Amino acid sequence: MRFSSWLGLVGSALIFAQTPLAQSGSTATWPEPVPARRAIAEKDKKPAPRRSLVGMWGAMPGNRQATNQSSGVQLKPNNGKPENQLPYTSYGLELYKSHKPLEGADAVPPAATNDPRVRCEPLGLPRHNHYDLGIQIFQDEYKIAMLYQYDNQWRIIWTDGRPLPKLVDGGGVEINGQYREPRWFGYSVGTWVDDYTLDVQTVGTMPEQRVWLDNTGRPISDQLRIRETFRRLDFDTLEWSETIEDPKVYSRSWQTMKLPLMLQDPRTDVMTRYCSPSEVDAYNKAYGDPVSGK
Amino acid sequence: MKIGLVIVFALVAGLSTPVPLAAHHTASTLYTQKLVTVKGVVKAWLWSNPHCLLTFDVKGEDGQVVLWRAETQAPNTAYTEGYRANSFKPGDEVTVTMRAAASGGPFGLLAQVVLADGTKFGSIDGGRGRGADAQ
Repeated sequence: MRFSSWLGLVGSALIFAQTPLAQSGSTATWPEPVPARRAIAEKDKKPAPRRSLVGMWGAMPGNRQATNQSSGVQLKPNNGKPENQLPYTSYGLELYKSHKPLEGADAVPPAATNDPRVRCEPLGLPRHNHYDLGIQIFQDEYKIAMLYQYDNQWRIIWTDGRPLPKLVDGGGVEINGQYREPRWFGYSVGTWVDDYTLDVQTVGTMPEQRVWLDNTGRPISDQLRIRETFRRLDFDTLEWSETIEDPKVYSRSWQTMKLPLMLQDPRTDVMTRYCSPSEVDAYNKAYGDPVSGK
Repeated sequence: MKIGLVIVFALVAGLSTPVPLAAHHTASTLYTQKLVTVKGVVKAWLWSNPHCLLTFDVKGEDGQVVLWRAETQAPNTAYTEGYRANSFKPGDEVTVTMRAAASGGPFGLLAQVVLADGTKFGSIDGGRGRGADAQ
């Protein structure tokens, strides 16, 4: 090749190197769309950051079913065993018996269910903590935002010192002397107990006609009080506990879950898990009704 | 290729791991604890919430073709078991192992699907029900 041609080639290469496409130099790619971190050796564990829950959190390796909770809340699965029986009030038991769930000890075929979930009604809180769990947490000086994978829902926990609203008989809350309506995710406030433990209280959730506690038909009412504790055990581990108190439905408070979660790759491209009414209809037509004998 | 109907029954006790389905859709409903294996030809693969669906023709020894339908998890869970949106296409020959429907009809809960080239999806001892609970 002639020298002038070499000069032309080199010059072209130099010009190209200045273009945006060449300068991107990015090797970023799309990671797998499911959390897949492996267990971390004890020697590789790092200390927890202070007052931070930020991250994408998923099941501990080999324990995916713990975050699914499809057969009932983690600590009290609805499997008919005596130790998992709940302290229902008479009204609570009446409510439970009216529910026709797809999961658990009293499951019914798809065509017979009255679970609001199959109509794509919002799960609400705390049921959203008890189903197909995958969460991302962001926070600033005023609040913590939790993004749930199922149905792309989110909730806010206020950490700016505002008080927990007063729960009102008949549902809803009172804030600054004014009535506020029940919400699917209620009204949540959080307090840092220490640098690694956040205590969260929620009131003002939806009434019993609209929401269930879990997939197996356990009930909750608008008098529900939820207490959650988020403990950052180390850099990669978060322990999420929940206790409920609902005097209308249960004769005493009881703990629903104590769930260890693992920090996942923040670049994980989470798959969609929407509830689409048309997709539910298509499923029922193609499978749910025929398999139910309908 | 002649497609034959092959049925293999395996008791739960023979499996190496407990069956999660026991805590899901218990005796009152949809599936039995028995495994059924059939060979067929794919008609459709639906990659969708709430559950992915595999529809396939199975030709019996009597020459009759029966349409089978088997479900598995939602895509975000099915993905962890190796299934993908394009795992199957119409015409694929498959060997399907599933939990048989309690109704006795041509329905099932997928445990494992094997393509003619040996590619496997799911696991023969998983047989995970909806929610994949092991409680």
